[in-house]
Amino acid sequence: MATASVASHSAHDHDHDHEHKENFITKYIFTIDHKMIGKQFLVTGIFWALIGGFLSILFRLQLGFPDMDLTFLKPLLGGWIDDGGKLDPNFYLALVTMHGTIMVFFVLTAGLSGTFSNFLIPLQIGARDMASGFMNMLSYWFFFISGVIMFISLFLENGPAGGGWVVYPPLSALEQAIPGSGMGMTLWLIAMTFFIASSLLGGINYISTVINLRTKGMSFSRLPLTIWAFFLTAVIGLLSFPVLFAAALLLVFDRSFGTSFYLSDIYISGEGALPNTGGSPVLYQHLFWFLGHPEVYIVLLPALGITSEVIATNSRKPIFGYKAMIISMLGITILSFVVWAHHMFVSGMNPFLGSIFMFLTLIIAIPSAVKVFNYLTTLWRGNLIFTPGMLFSIGLVSFFISGGLTGIFLGNSAIDIQLHDTYFVVAHFHLVMGSASFFGLMAGVYHWFPKMFGRMMDARLGYVHFWLTFVGVYLVFFPMHYIGIAGFPRRYYSFTTYDFSSAYTDLNMFVSVAAIITFAAQFIFLFNFFYSMYRGRKASLNPWRSTTLEWTTPLHPGHGNWPGEIPAVYRWPYDYSKPGANEDFIPQTVPLSATPESNLPHEQELVKLEKEIIAEEGEVLVANESKES
Amino acid sequence: MYGFLIAVGVLFLLSIIWMVYRIQTLVSVVKGSDKKIASSSNKVNAILFIVFLLAGGALMFWYSIKEFDNYTLPLASEHGAVTDNLFWITMAVTGVVFIITHILLFWFPYKYQYDEKRTATFYPDNNKLEVIWTIVPAFVLALLVIGGWKAWSDITAPAPENSEVVELMGYQFAWEVRYPGMDNVLGNYDYRLINEVNNMSGVDFSDKNALDDFSSPVVYIPKGEPVLFKIRARDVLHSVFAPHMRLKMDAVPGMPTRFWFTPTLTTEEMRVELGNDEFDYEIACTEICGRGHFSMKKIIKVVTPEEFKKWKAEQKPYIVNNPALVENLSVELKELADITISEHK
Repeated sequence: MATASVASHSAHDHDHDHEHKENFITKYIFTIDHKMIGKQFLVTGIFWALIGGFLSILFRLQLGFPDMDLTFLKPLLGGWIDDGGKLDPNFYLALVTMHGTIMVFFVLTAGLSGTFSNFLIPLQIGARDMASGFMNMLSYWFFFISGVIMFISLFLENGPAGGGWVVYPPLSALEQAIPGSGMGMTLWLIAMTFFIASSLLGGINYISTVINLRTKGMSFSRLPLTIWAFFLTAVIGLLSFPVLFAAALLLVFDRSFGTSFYLSDIYISGEGALPNTGGSPVLYQHLFWFLGHPEVYIVLLPALGITSEVIATNSRKPIFGYKAMIISMLGITILSFVVWAHHMFVSGMNPFLGSIFMFLTLIIAIPSAVKVFNYLTTLWRGNLIFTPGMLFSIGLVSFFISGGLTGIFLGNSAIDIQLHDTYFVVAHFHLVMGSASFFGLMAGVYHWFPKMFGRMMDARLGYVHFWLTFVGVYLVFFPMHYIGIAGFPRRYYSFTTYDFSSAYTDLNMFVSVAAIITFAAQFIFLFNFFYSMYRGRKASLNPWRSTTLEWTTPLHPGHGNWPGEIPAVYRWPYDYSKPGANEDFIPQTVPLSATPESNLPHEQELVKLEKEIIAEEGEVLVANESKES
Repeated sequence: MYGFLIAVGVLFLLSIIWMVYRIQTLVSVVKGSDKKIASSSNKVNAILFIVFLLAGGALMFWYSIKEFDNYTLPLASEHGAVTDNLFWITMAVTGVVFIITHILLFWFPYKYQYDEKRTATFYPDNNKLEVIWTIVPAFVLALLVIGGWKAWSDITAPAPENSEVVELMGYQFAWEVRYPGMDNVLGNYDYRLINEVNNMSGVDFSDKNALDDFSSPVVYIPKGEPVLFKIRARDVLHSVFAPHMRLKMDAVPGMPTRFWFTPTLTTEEMRVELGNDEFDYEIACTEICGRGHFSMKKIIKVVTPEEFKKWKAEQKPYIVNNPALVENLSVELKELADITISEHK
């Protein structure tokens, strides 16, 4: 209803849309405009990325410079730095835990999916807004509350949750085992509950919007790959986040109400035996990874979708194998639900299950490989323009290959015995999931900044940012493979306890320095982002000469996106460099009948059909006009 | 004072960067290069990809070869030879893919950088290619999986009957080691019997198999014979990781786990081989377990079977060191216990 009135109003009269007089609060805070909600997610995501990144710098200082006097951090960390200038080991674990939680959920799930699903879905499918603007608003505000709670937990006297981002019980259930499992863990669970609610509200919205609100002619086979990716991501999230909620709920029961879902046969030093029997910590691991593994793809698929779009646009070439890309994303979506136990090969579960999950895990490598080959072929014989977005997309493909290949080691249960929970795993997932998704996020920001703010980001600062970050990420995570093969376990406060891990202090120092430089380089982006928002060069309507619908909106689209009718769609989104065409791109809104010079044989046949549709539509339009006047 | 100087320096640096940034922006506006589809930076970026490919590749090869002996751990178990082999086969296969895809990924940007006079090739799909690069990886992965599956089945198969049994119990933050004694059967345990003074792992001495059980500060195991680690935990999750044995298994409260293997080199032999008199096999914890996670060290001493037998015979059972443990037992068991105690006097 609302969308219809926006359409007819603004189509006729721009000046007196009284209904849409917006004040600061409805425009920037409790907004139901999907574009503003997307920006809210983005800015909040950037805030959390800074916190998460900063936490990693703190523990890299400990790992790279174990003898360093950290007294200068005392004003910030207070009692967590002891009198000798050393970081507290419990706080080290809390840092690792919060870094993981923040990066996975707040930055790469909410910051990536939340930003671009919200911003792009209505714009690219030709809709006025999300199916439910109110739910969309709730989605952001639940996320915001979740963030506030998590942020508060950072300042607790006993520290935030410290059992690793996976918060395995019994460690996470027993306050006696680690101080972070007290109030910190309680807040973690509350924050995650809000976060899950936020994800579900968002996800339901994305799915129903994509299914129901596509514009005329926008069939599923004409959706940009970004939308396919967001759609499938939302489906994965909708199916897997409730399971995390179940896991968390049972954990709450165990922690607070004396149940024994995960607890059994526990003796606490200085306290004695606990009454709990019959529970299984492995049950939690199954429930957790039933979300945890799909979560990897929740984080990664949107980045792959964004990359597909950016690479095709800047290669001036259709994405190679559009259908194969969709099929491989569908394959990844389905398979992502049946590989979770590869995180648990040595958890003590039945080894027969290990064999099954090894087979399933290595199957999921196939659609991933297909995607890589398709990206490479898209670049092949293209006409490549290196916008910052394009650079980040190419960087993503590189990380996806590097990190994906090490997955073949870890998915093989026999090899995983040695590598499990070593730095090899840290290197693997930071490349394939962390850095790849982060680069997807960056590619998206650089690419759609002109649509978000009507101005351009500075390209040269973008180049510097890219090269520092790209090289930096490799310098941080590539050496970790060596450290991992040498057997260094993750989440270690110090490596000198053991002889086998006493070497490589030099490499750890190198990694820490690289991490600090890479983190510092992000401030170039921050400056560029906020400066360009106000002072950047004015963007043209379609700066990348792209084919998709969002570039047919005005420079600053109002609520409702298109001032007039929503444009209809007549072709797929990848008509770049079509032989015979006047320009090297044909927007989706150009009818096939208007481009007889470049139509392919089967498209020529569609022209007749299309003409009938246009004629029909014309009649409707005329009828509407006469009715209103 | 120092802080002030640093602040001034940083401020100075930032203002220089700011000025350079403003100047180059203005210059590009004057030149009109910001209107062009692809600026001169396009070429620079294209070249940088090639530079990155060459420099990164060279660095990787140089470091991988130079440091090979440092990051490959010495090997001391039978199944470890199989998994190491699988590791390096996988490394070879993925290494080739890694190099080829990266050469293409960074060479294409150089080769196909924007040129006004050229148009990109309209090449939307090719089903034959898609089928090829679905089937070839599937085939290669199948081979790798089958190798892994065979190894995994062998490693996780039930331990041979004659295995030497050792119980490892993880707790915050150490390992308690228990041997079954001469009968080679561990006595029962119950976490409610744990007593930190004299019964760390809750051994139930009303089970007669427990009477000859003994503890050891070091994990002694014989070379060339199957050894079965029975693993459990009493507070939170831990994980037994013996890197030189290529062994890892979680220790789970309430759910005993196991891992069996055959050591191939004694500690002495390994010391000779490495030329390091102080070398020891170690056990580490690899499941986050709290403050002392990084310091749950336990030494494994691999000795010859003869030395092992001798060592085992010399060990004193729990009840010999602590006769109080059997005070409340039934008369029959008390007699048995007294026999065990007198044997070890």
